[in-house]
Amino acid sequence: MQHTISILVVNRFGVLSRISGLFSGRGFNIESLNVAETNDPEISRMTIVTIGDNAKVEQITKQLNKLVDVIKVIDLTEENFVDRELILVKMNAEPRVREEILRIVEIFRSKVVDVSASTYTIEITGNQSKINGFLDLLRPLGIKEVVRSGRIAVSRGTKSIN
Amino acid sequence: MKTKTTKAKKPSGKSRPTAENRIMKGRDIIVRALELAGVEVIFGYPGGTSMEIHQGLTLSKQIRMVLPRHEQGGAFAAGGYSRSTGKVGVCMATSGPGAVNLLTGIIDAKMDSIPLVAITGQVPSTVLGSDAFQETDIVGATFPLVKHSYLVQNINDIPKVIQEAFIIAKTGRPGPVLIDIPKNIQQQETIPDFDIKFDCPSYKPNLQPSSMQIKKAMHAIKEARRPIIYAGGGIIVSGASKELRAFVKKTGIPITTTVMGLGAYPSEGPLSLRMLGMHGAVYANIAINHADLVIALGVRFDDRVTGKLAEFCKDAKIIQVDIDPSEINKNRIVDIPIQGDVKRALTKMNDLAEPNQDIKPWIKQVQGWKKEFPLKYDLNKTHIVPQHVIVELNKYAEQNAIVSVGVGQHQMWAAQFWNFEEPLNWLCSSGLGAMGFGLPAAMGAQVAHPDKQVINIEGDGSFLMNIQELQTLKIEKIPVKNVVLNNAHLGMVAQWEDRFYKSLRGHTFLGDAHFAEIARAFGIKSESISKPEEVAPALKRMLKHKGPYVLDVKYPYNDKSMGHVMPMIPSNHTYLDTFLDEKHTLRQYWEKLGVVPK
Repeated sequence: MQHTISILVVNRFGVLSRISGLFSGRGFNIESLNVAETNDPEISRMTIVTIGDNAKVEQITKQLNKLVDVIKVIDLTEENFVDRELILVKMNAEPRVREEILRIVEIFRSKVVDVSASTYTIEITGNQSKINGFLDLLRPLGIKEVVRSGRIAVSRGTKSIN
Repeated sequence: MKTKTTKAKKPSGKSRPTAENRIMKGRDIIVRALELAGVEVIFGYPGGTSMEIHQGLTLSKQIRMVLPRHEQGGAFAAGGYSRSTGKVGVCMATSGPGAVNLLTGIIDAKMDSIPLVAITGQVPSTVLGSDAFQETDIVGATFPLVKHSYLVQNINDIPKVIQEAFIIAKTGRPGPVLIDIPKNIQQQETIPDFDIKFDCPSYKPNLQPSSMQIKKAMHAIKEARRPIIYAGGGIIVSGASKELRAFVKKTGIPITTTVMGLGAYPSEGPLSLRMLGMHGAVYANIAINHADLVIALGVRFDDRVTGKLAEFCKDAKIIQVDIDPSEINKNRIVDIPIQGDVKRALTKMNDLAEPNQDIKPWIKQVQGWKKEFPLKYDLNKTHIVPQHVIVELNKYAEQNAIVSVGVGQHQMWAAQFWNFEEPLNWLCSSGLGAMGFGLPAAMGAQVAHPDKQVINIEGDGSFLMNIQELQTLKIEKIPVKNVVLNNAHLGMVAQWEDRFYKSLRGHTFLGDAHFAEIARAFGIKSESISKPEEVAPALKRMLKHKGPYVLDVKYPYNDKSMGHVMPMIPSNHTYLDTFLDEKHTLRQYWEKLGVVPK
């Protein structure tokens, strides 16, 4: 099962290596990994999507917690959470498909952020199923390049990791 | 640069510094910070990027520098120092090859939860990342091997980094911490501020066990009919041996220990089942697999203990006390987990413990197994029997001698036959199983305990791996007694070849070496023996000698069970598959007797 794990870490030299190394060293898979500063520049937040049964994920979170630079680990999958991903898609915008691409862009409330004579670059945010649906529709029209930010997530309601 | 002068606060425990309101070089700040951390000895090998610190150390009145003859020896010596004192061991090396040579000792400390601080010199930060001479990304290389690590990037961070490193190495589940210090930072100057508080909000190991869980555990212990204690290295590192003994005394529950737990409880105690596991006592393995309640204290359900995990104590209820939450439910799902320091847990448990009359039949059964399956070996008239050398040595050695071992058959024989009385007297690379450990570890322990008898029991293969440390023994006047059980083979691997590979020798023959002559070349007194009647007098001569000593004990490798470490549970098998001797398993033995195993 897919798990979305949020990790607060001290924003320090090598912390990303420590965490990614822990995953590879113990044979845990990383589906996606996102990391950036939080509101406090000394603290970064990572969102890691991993796959494993509950016992495996329990072990992952316990091992993460042991790292001295890790402040907090939460498996968001255990609760309600909002997750989003941002992607940029560069399309081969041949004249015969330009209209169709724009129609899909509109339906998904995404937007074209760059245009050239033969390409459109489209930005979209959403959860995994929306993004996958969007890409499924674009694929037959000619995708040149896809850039995904990896998932970010936050728990619903008043609950906060801080 | 900090210029603040602060008054020294009253410390808890150690004397705290007054702010030394003067300009100091980075190297001297390092030395002062190490002194403040309570360091008494460093095992360090100098080189281009660490010699600056060595220059500083020549001026220290508190810190003794011991020069190992190889950085790996230095790291193991720091481990031996720590294993015999419970204090943080310190080793040091230069960048590149020096730092990399520390790795085996660092991993050894990680695997066995030994507090260790490793200091490495690094190329100047101005050339870092340029593949400079002797540059290695040692922080990167050690990420998976350390509890924590630092690359010092600012001279003003030195006091804080060193203080933090020692606290992190020692507290919670102990482990190795690496500090990498670029040479230019060692040479810079500043007015240091040593008056710092430990402030690391992301590091808060929980020591206090839950009282509710303790109550649950004590209830289960009261209800149990066939309880057993399975104790390990956690008892030794948390200093809980006294509490453990009190617990055994109060409850009357039999106890077996892991190889890391040897010394936690007296080997010869009436409720002692000695060591369990692959080469553990048959009765210990039978007992734990017949228990209805296993009280696991500071252990990690290692594969060398459990064998086939799914079958290990299949029907028993498990209580597990461990300071490391990730050890709980890691290999085995536990019924009553207690996260916290095992010393605190045992103290609480002792408050509630009472004798349980219902376990009397069980104790009788366990004592029966103890009689039926003793650890044993056959004596031989024509050649020396290695197990017998250990038993004899145990007889003549001081009662609380420190015993160090390498890795292999000799290590297991020592674990099986040595009678341990107290903790911190057993130096054994258990989790990592690093050959070459015995001599340097013994050296580290002897430096910590100049007046104690420190004996290194080695195999020939293991001894060779760090034999250069004989020079350290001689020059630094470290009187370690070395007994080399020399069968010219890598005995443990050869044993597996005999059992599982039809005795085809896959590069396990070492050949004869005259260790007594090698010792003489280093100026160390030595003797070589090969006849059974020479054993006792030679051991006595060795123990009587004041300085370091090498006793080369030659015996032929024997491909029969008498030359193998017995008993043996083949890897990933159950206790029923224990080889009792060359041909018979416990299963066969019981079938013949009509005993139905539980």
